Amino acid sequence: MSDSAVDPEEVRHVASLARVDLDAEEVERFTEQFADILDSFERLDEVPETEAEPDLTNVMRPDEEREPLSQDEALENAPESEAGYFKGPKVS
Amino acid sequence: MSYNVYISEESVDGDSDGPLAGRTVAVKDNISTEGVRTTCGSAMLEDYVPPYDATVVERLKDAGATVSGKTNMDEFGMGTTNETSAFGPVENPVAEGRVPGGSSGGSAAAVAAGEADLALGSDTGGSVRCPAAFCGVVGIKPTYGLVSRYGLVAYANSLEQIGPFAPTVEEAAELLEVIAGPDEHDATTRDAREEGTDYDFAAAADGDVEGLEIGVPTELLDGADEGVVETFWDAIAELEAQGASYHEVDLPSLEHAVEAYYVIAMSEASSNLARFDGVRYGQSGGYEGNWNESFAKAREEGFGEEVKRRVLLGTYALSAGYHDKYYKKAQDARAWVKQDFDEALDDADVLASPTMPIPPMKLGESLDDPMKMYLADCNTTPVNLANLPAISVPAGETDEGPVGLQLIGPAFGEKTIIRAGSALA
Repeated sequence: MSDSAVDPEEVRHVASLARVDLDAEEVERFTEQFADILDSFERLDEVPETEAEPDLTNVMRPDEEREPLSQDEALENAPESEAGYFKGPKVS
Repeated sequence: MSYNVYISEESVDGDSDGPLAGRTVAVKDNISTEGVRTTCGSAMLEDYVPPYDATVVERLKDAGATVSGKTNMDEFGMGTTNETSAFGPVENPVAEGRVPGGSSGGSAAAVAAGEADLALGSDTGGSVRCPAAFCGVVGIKPTYGLVSRYGLVAYANSLEQIGPFAPTVEEAAELLEVIAGPDEHDATTRDAREEGTDYDFAAAADGDVEGLEIGVPTELLDGADEGVVETFWDAIAELEAQGASYHEVDLPSLEHAVEAYYVIAMSEASSNLARFDGVRYGQSGGYEGNWNESFAKAREEGFGEEVKRRVLLGTYALSAGYHDKYYKKAQDARAWVKQDFDEALDDADVLASPTMPIPPMKLGESLDDPMKMYLADCNTTPVNLANLPAISVPAGETDEGPVGLQLIGPAFGEKTIIRAGSALA
């Protein structure tokens, strides 16, 4: 067992943080594969601290009004909508 | 013969005249097309129809091109073989029974099979260059910021660019000319004219390599397949015969590029793919019960295994207690790779390597061992980390299929890699 091995409980915990349900087989497979993958990530320990030069700069423009998507267009791909709103699961 | 190249074979006409009039361009299915289904190769977006065009699609239409259809791809761009697509794998048109490479496998295969004159893909860690190499066509990954990403469904924003496929370097350069240039909808785009160059890419495909100095990073040959290495040196010899010269160079940072790439790409993916909750679009998880449970159900049903794997690992790498260990170290590695490349390009016009260290894999043999699949990206991912341009040109073949030669240039050095590549294809 390597240092970076994760147990099934940790895989389930991360899956719940990521809002992804997994079946029992996936949990088993991921537990095994993550050990391998995280092991390779461990090799980043050998990388020296390096100063990055920023490549990107902020781009500014005047805040002008433009034609947005219509309400109908915005709702077109929703699995379900009601009275001009997206319909989602209950929040309670 | 059908290679399962298209997910939606719906054609869209462009303007009647323009530089691409009369030519067909296949478009990867993660690039938004107004009114034409855009699935990203995922069951999650099986019925998603974008209400607007990506900037590159607008530019294709303005240039007179006909969009021939939306091409098959690894789900959300996550794969090296095109086998993670929810719509089934693509078969390599020039290497029977083998993968076309990924993630833009459908686009490369469309050009290789003659089903489209040209194609667009996206390259986050090699997703244009890998399938170009495996299918024996030309593919270009532009400098970060040369081409607008507006309308490209995001996988890892800080790494990806849209790029062209074509049978020849000159035709790929023509397509790049059409799609390149600043865009007010993508604040990361830059004007090449302010970076000391211009957009006359096609004219640069003159095949003149007299006096060209090529650097060969030894790390990118280590561990590569013997037949691939042999074909690579043949291509270098061919360039030498035309007036180029080469020297070898050691770039130790490259040995950490794959890990750094996967930590960064997975971390960005875990955040980007959070939007797929089945409310505004995508597969619904239902309307009853707890909303977190409903989202988790939608995502269990809508995402394939590779996408789940990357979203989970990205979530893990960014979670409390692990951020400094993984994500911060990966950013150090990214800066180090960039430094190494910049220094090497002070003494060379281009850097050369095999695009892929292996020939195309057989269909059905890669998905059981994800780490092995990730390692196949060792030569392409460093380029994305460094934001540089690179081209893959056909270098020859082994018994197992085509081999690509990768040429890497300095930032906004597209004309240099196009000129060098055009000496071979």
